[in-house]
Amino acid sequence: MRYLPKSPSERRDMLDAIGAQSVADLFQSIPEALRFKGPLRLPGPLSETELVQYFRDRAGENSQGYTSFLGAGVYNHVRSVVTDTILLRGEFLTSYTPYQAEISQGTLQAIFEFQTLMCQLTGQEVANASMYDGSTATTEAVLMAERLTGRRRVLVARSLHPEYREVLATYARNVGLQIEEIGFTPSGQVDTTALAATLNAQTAAVVVQAPNFFGVLEPLPKIAELAHAAEALLVTAVAEGVSLGLVKPPAEADIVALEAQSFGLAPSYGGPYAGVIATREKYVRQLPGRLAGQTTDSQGRRGFCLTLATREQHIRREKATSNICTNQALCALAATVHLCLLGKEGLREMAGQNVAKTQFALAELEKIPGVRRAFSGRVFNEFVVQFPRAVRLINAELLREKIIGPLPLGRSYPELTKCGLVCVTETTPRAAIERFVAAVRAILAQSA
Amino acid sequence: MKGADLSDPIKMADRIKKAARHTNQSEDLIFGKSAPGKRGLDLPPLDVPPADLHSALGAENTREGIDGFPEVSEIEVIRHFTRLSTWNYAIDLGMYPLGSCTMKYNPRVNEFVARLDGLATEHPYQPQELSQGCLKILATLQQCLLEITGMDAATLQPAAGAQGELTGLLLIRACLASRGNPRKKVLIPDSAHGTNPATAVIAGYQVENIRSDARGQMDLDRLKQVVSDDVAALMVTNPSTLGTFEPRIAEIAELLHARGALLYMDGANMNALAGVARPGDFGVDVMHLNLHKTFSTPHGGGGPGAGPVLVKKNLEPFLPVPVLVEKDGRPALDTNRPQSIGRVRAFVGNFGVLLRALAYTLAYGPGIRQATEDAVLNANYIRKKLEDVYELPYASPSLHEVVFSDARQKKFGVNTMDIAKRLIDYGFHPYTTAFPLIVPGALMIEPTESESKEECDLFVDAMRAIAEEAATQPDLVKTAPHTTRIGRLDEVTAARKPILRWKPKQTSSAAD
Repeated sequence: MRYLPKSPSERRDMLDAIGAQSVADLFQSIPEALRFKGPLRLPGPLSETELVQYFRDRAGENSQGYTSFLGAGVYNHVRSVVTDTILLRGEFLTSYTPYQAEISQGTLQAIFEFQTLMCQLTGQEVANASMYDGSTATTEAVLMAERLTGRRRVLVARSLHPEYREVLATYARNVGLQIEEIGFTPSGQVDTTALAATLNAQTAAVVVQAPNFFGVLEPLPKIAELAHAAEALLVTAVAEGVSLGLVKPPAEADIVALEAQSFGLAPSYGGPYAGVIATREKYVRQLPGRLAGQTTDSQGRRGFCLTLATREQHIRREKATSNICTNQALCALAATVHLCLLGKEGLREMAGQNVAKTQFALAELEKIPGVRRAFSGRVFNEFVVQFPRAVRLINAELLREKIIGPLPLGRSYPELTKCGLVCVTETTPRAAIERFVAAVRAILAQSA
Repeated sequence: MKGADLSDPIKMADRIKKAARHTNQSEDLIFGKSAPGKRGLDLPPLDVPPADLHSALGAENTREGIDGFPEVSEIEVIRHFTRLSTWNYAIDLGMYPLGSCTMKYNPRVNEFVARLDGLATEHPYQPQELSQGCLKILATLQQCLLEITGMDAATLQPAAGAQGELTGLLLIRACLASRGNPRKKVLIPDSAHGTNPATAVIAGYQVENIRSDARGQMDLDRLKQVVSDDVAALMVTNPSTLGTFEPRIAEIAELLHARGALLYMDGANMNALAGVARPGDFGVDVMHLNLHKTFSTPHGGGGPGAGPVLVKKNLEPFLPVPVLVEKDGRPALDTNRPQSIGRVRAFVGNFGVLLRALAYTLAYGPGIRQATEDAVLNANYIRKKLEDVYELPYASPSLHEVVFSDARQKKFGVNTMDIAKRLIDYGFHPYTTAFPLIVPGALMIEPTESESKEECDLFVDAMRAIAEEAATQPDLVKTAPHTTRIGRLDEVTAARKPILRWKPKQTSSAAD
């Protein structure tokens, strides 16, 4: 087997050195009755050539050749081959968590740079080294708010990503958190009147997404003011990081849970991505996850090490701030490299292109009779469109044109059955938008 | 070697066979290279009319350029991160014997196939009929993992081992609740990973720690005393963190089941068992795997991983949504599961990691047993070659890893961390220090199957040489490493006055 570096005679020599007759001797500690007798029924072994062919065949069974207008927490953005080139360096790819700082300075400095970039983007003071993804970062941010306030009631905007809400519900159920949902107004924004009426002295946190699941920008200063008046914390989830290139950062929030997928990470059918929690400096000791900090060695040379580990499970066990151990370090490195490449101007330009193309697509779609935007609020690169027919039926016909249409919202929002979420990024060519609009127009004309 | 000059570690070169010195480059933070107007990535020109940003977003929502955000060219980015990379040790450079971490070779073909168009490009919300390739990959992996573990059903959603543990305990909770009482306590041996107790708390359970017996194994008498109707589960790592098999695991399972409790197995050490023994055959009800350990997906400096959870039939109804099912002979995702614990993560899981794990499994096929055998062979070889110089606190047989203690070196004032740091000078990554907690001053060594006899011999030589140094020149060991670009860092100041980000000099506002 090509991954195993021993010859049969070397194996024999090593057994002799141990004093074992055969390799079976080494497994004597497993009771006979518990040993597995048969060969495993597994496909393979496959040579490298066969492996590549197997996966190419699987790739061929997916959506190649289709144009997609899906976003909803996973976005197609321009990526550079430079990012992957760096990621594939074995020194980054095949290293462990940087507990041994002297021979992990590369990873540690990169994490420190990542933490800095995340602070700059979110307008917060500290950021951690990564969480699993946006959904678990949001959940852990809520748990953090519970620890900080000692309160157990959490108000969650219904315009938070439905799957983020589901993850939060899974975690909340067993630790006695009480979750209540706050609706949205015709603007698509969180209903601040309802929020104000629901906030009370038991409320630990208000959780909103910005831009929210409908793509709509939220009035964060107003929401923060309401939350803070009740001495609750504002947790803000950001699923589309590119928005932060142009949209004001959630600086009023007490805790920000960011999904960094938009920064150089492929959609990859749902992961791996990278979540991040950013917050105020005064809350750092309740922050979950790893942190890299700057320090010096005995000769005064600058170096970096993992720090404030007394928050973590390997030190504090059942008293830790979280059970997280493995995070998404390599994905965070991808985001770091990508953001360095893109830079100040590039990020701004990318965000601007998203806005321009989204405005273009929105205007074109609204020219179709019977099609209108569902919400009046301002949007970044996603928007909800209301159609005269069920979105599922329109999508079925769009597939014939090799177009993957809007995400139907009826399942998560029964009041939005004829609504679909459309995403347009800088990677969507104008011609694709025009083809999509023409196809929708034709489909609706046909059925009218 | 006697009386070697500490200030000139090159003089030690005749003894240090694996490592030689080389020049590596100094490198500032990326922010120090920044200058207005530079960039490293160009976008295709905008092909629609530009939007008036203030009217599109609202002036009150628009931000100015981000102060201090980097502005650098492509070559500077390449050099910056390449230079940083040379400051890391890696599996690609040599043995990385971190016990419990299973730092094995990360096959490069896995990286290639994970990046293929048609796989990396797929969106989790695209129609299932256009995702059959992705779903087949998941279904095939799931089938392979069930075969290797002997379990009945699985979820691939958890993002890492700790999340797998949480998922497993939530499944236990849901199952017990469906029988009328979720119970209060989870039992955890004192040899367990820190994630186990941390997880139990998040799952809403109280933790009761159980002392190991004199052999470092589960104390069955003690277990009998503490298993009550309040106990939901026991979380056991098998092989244990000492690298030894729990010989009475089947009895432990029976004992729990008789009192209506369930057995959770932390599968972190599955690299000792694949193809040799199956947890499903010894009474385990729920377990997780760490695909970034046993199934070769790269650790990447700390992640990503994947922590699939495998269960027996009685826990299947509670699996997180979506569940992978077969519908009309094709794989499909089912979200209509009324008894499900819900989602633990958005989307199906770390698909790209799962895909790599399948590539690893297919490369071996049934021959995966050979990898297990080689891993156990390496650990036992190292144990044999070092047991006369390092203290073996527990004599129980080793499987994939061996745990020594620093008891003999302590006499000279040298502890496990010092030995670990000195190992760096010899060209190796340290082993795991000071864990498991039941061994004071532990040296936890897991070579994995990826090490040749030659590399194992170099490691043995290095460890023996350090043992001698500990006795003859303890200061040389206590002040190690001597050959790295920086020495031991001031971690106390790092924690006391945390500097967790770079800040531009002229800016006073933190919220830039």
